[in-house]
Amino acid sequence: MESFDPAVFLAVFLEMMGSIFWVLLAVALLGLAGFAWVVWRERTLHSRRLIRAEILGVLGGFGALALMAYVTVSGFTDAGGPVDWLLIGVIWGMGLVGTTILSYAVMGVFDCLTGRCAERPQTG
Amino acid sequence: MTPRVPGPRGPVIDRRRLLQMSAAGASAAALAAAGVLPARPARAVETSARIVIVGAGAAGLSMASRLADRLDGATITIVDARRRHLYQPGFTLVAAGLKDKAYPISRTEDYLPRDVEWIEESAEEIDPEARKVVTEEGREIAYDYLVVAAGIDLDYDAIDGMETGRIGQEGLGSHYHSPEAAWATWREMSRFTQLGGTGLFLRPATEMKCAGAPLKYTFMTDDWLRRRGTREKSTIIYAAHSGSLFSVPIVHEKVRMLFQDRGFDARYNHVMTGIDLGKKEAVFDTPDGEQTIGYDFINVIPPMRAAKVVRDSPLPWQEGPFAADGWMEVDKHTLRHARYPNVFGVGDIAGVPKGKTAASVKWQVPVAADHLIADIAGTTSPMSYDGYTSCPLITQMGRAMLVEFDYDNNLTPSFPGVVAPLEELWVTWVMKTIALKPTYIAMLRGDA
Repeated sequence: MESFDPAVFLAVFLEMMGSIFWVLLAVALLGLAGFAWVVWRERTLHSRRLIRAEILGVLGGFGALALMAYVTVSGFTDAGGPVDWLLIGVIWGMGLVGTTILSYAVMGVFDCLTGRCAERPQTG
Repeated sequence: MTPRVPGPRGPVIDRRRLLQMSAAGASAAALAAAGVLPARPARAVETSARIVIVGAGAAGLSMASRLADRLDGATITIVDARRRHLYQPGFTLVAAGLKDKAYPISRTEDYLPRDVEWIEESAEEIDPEARKVVTEEGREIAYDYLVVAAGIDLDYDAIDGMETGRIGQEGLGSHYHSPEAAWATWREMSRFTQLGGTGLFLRPATEMKCAGAPLKYTFMTDDWLRRRGTREKSTIIYAAHSGSLFSVPIVHEKVRMLFQDRGFDARYNHVMTGIDLGKKEAVFDTPDGEQTIGYDFINVIPPMRAAKVVRDSPLPWQEGPFAADGWMEVDKHTLRHARYPNVFGVGDIAGVPKGKTAASVKWQVPVAADHLIADIAGTTSPMSYDGYTSCPLITQMGRAMLVEFDYDNNLTPSFPGVVAPLEELWVTWVMKTIALKPTYIAMLRGDA
């Protein structure tokens, strides 16, 4: 049966991005790990930090679109149908979510390392 | 050996699932459109067979990778003098000023599997009776199985007055010739679009590689004229070799409508026979006799024929539409030679309807490889190639139509209801510009 093979995905992404692929993967994993660590440490989402991260995330969404426009020598003004708008939304959303998580993690780790972690709620 | 059990040609359901699975929808679409293949079989077939591959282009290298991966102990030899490997789908982008001259160029050695011997000479003779290939230096290479992937000869000499050395001068472009010529064509097209004038576009009457490229280039030149504000004082003429703009009727109709929308002057049944580079005039054979069309810029696309080594061999069709230009007589579903069952023809050299594209290679090679390996293993292969090919038909900078079809002129969209085949979309452009080359390279390595 013809079927989807993750190894093919990896091979093509490696051809597309070269060593940058591994850098991006490392950044994504570190960002997720950092985010998880901060949330575990604080046992809560720090609302003010989250809002700051989301504001950066919005900018990150537009940054992702700008990057895509640059590498494809085109832009969202070339959208010609619904699937294009879907793609633009997906790219923007990925930039938003990725930047939000990453910036929350960076700010949270920085806060915790400088002794400004949000206090853990009392348990028991 | 456990023969692979293939499914139908198009893994449509898997492609849909692939799109759904991926957060990066465009990348998923690109991969699937280019043809994602299954994982390699775990067990290799043991053999001492001698396999010779003539040609180290897209088809030859892909075949070498697949055979090396699935056979254990075979002697695989690939014969080709070219050290440069050219990503030919990139020529159009170079000639449109979107990629630099080096974009299509890499090295053959980068894609050769470790166990494959590369003879850096041209194949001069193929003798299927004696089962041997003779190189330009007279070296004889015996084979048990032969894969011919010798490709196409661009027959510029068939155009009276044409001089390839003048590409890039006096309004003469010809982006099929080479990366260098594609770049020179861009320089001339850029100069033309700054000034405006008459742009003349065409395609040959022979079989040709990537029949969408002449259309794409016409659309992109139009776009540059519009961007530079010179479209209104310009004329774009497209001289079609037959009564249609594309061999698939429904695609022809769509392109005809787009031509009308963009204000192109389509002239049918015009076959270019000559050119006067000094006077800037092209000569066409038409039903009304010889006609001359003047130009300020022309993109000459020459007649194309099977590689000489095949034309000079017993391998071409002996009769029918593929005989005159020497295309290999292969079964269109298995790529196996009709008279020499231990010989296969893949890629541009195959005398089959439709598709001389990288996408065709993508789907032909696994089928031909499977049949060859089944022969070695003493089994049979159920795999069949239905002529699937695809063409991201650029209609302006930033948009393209993902045209996929088979031998029977059926549209075979990978994403029905999502990526409409005859709709000008950015997502298709994204595939063309960033995803197809990596997929192509992965294909050469047998990874896709």
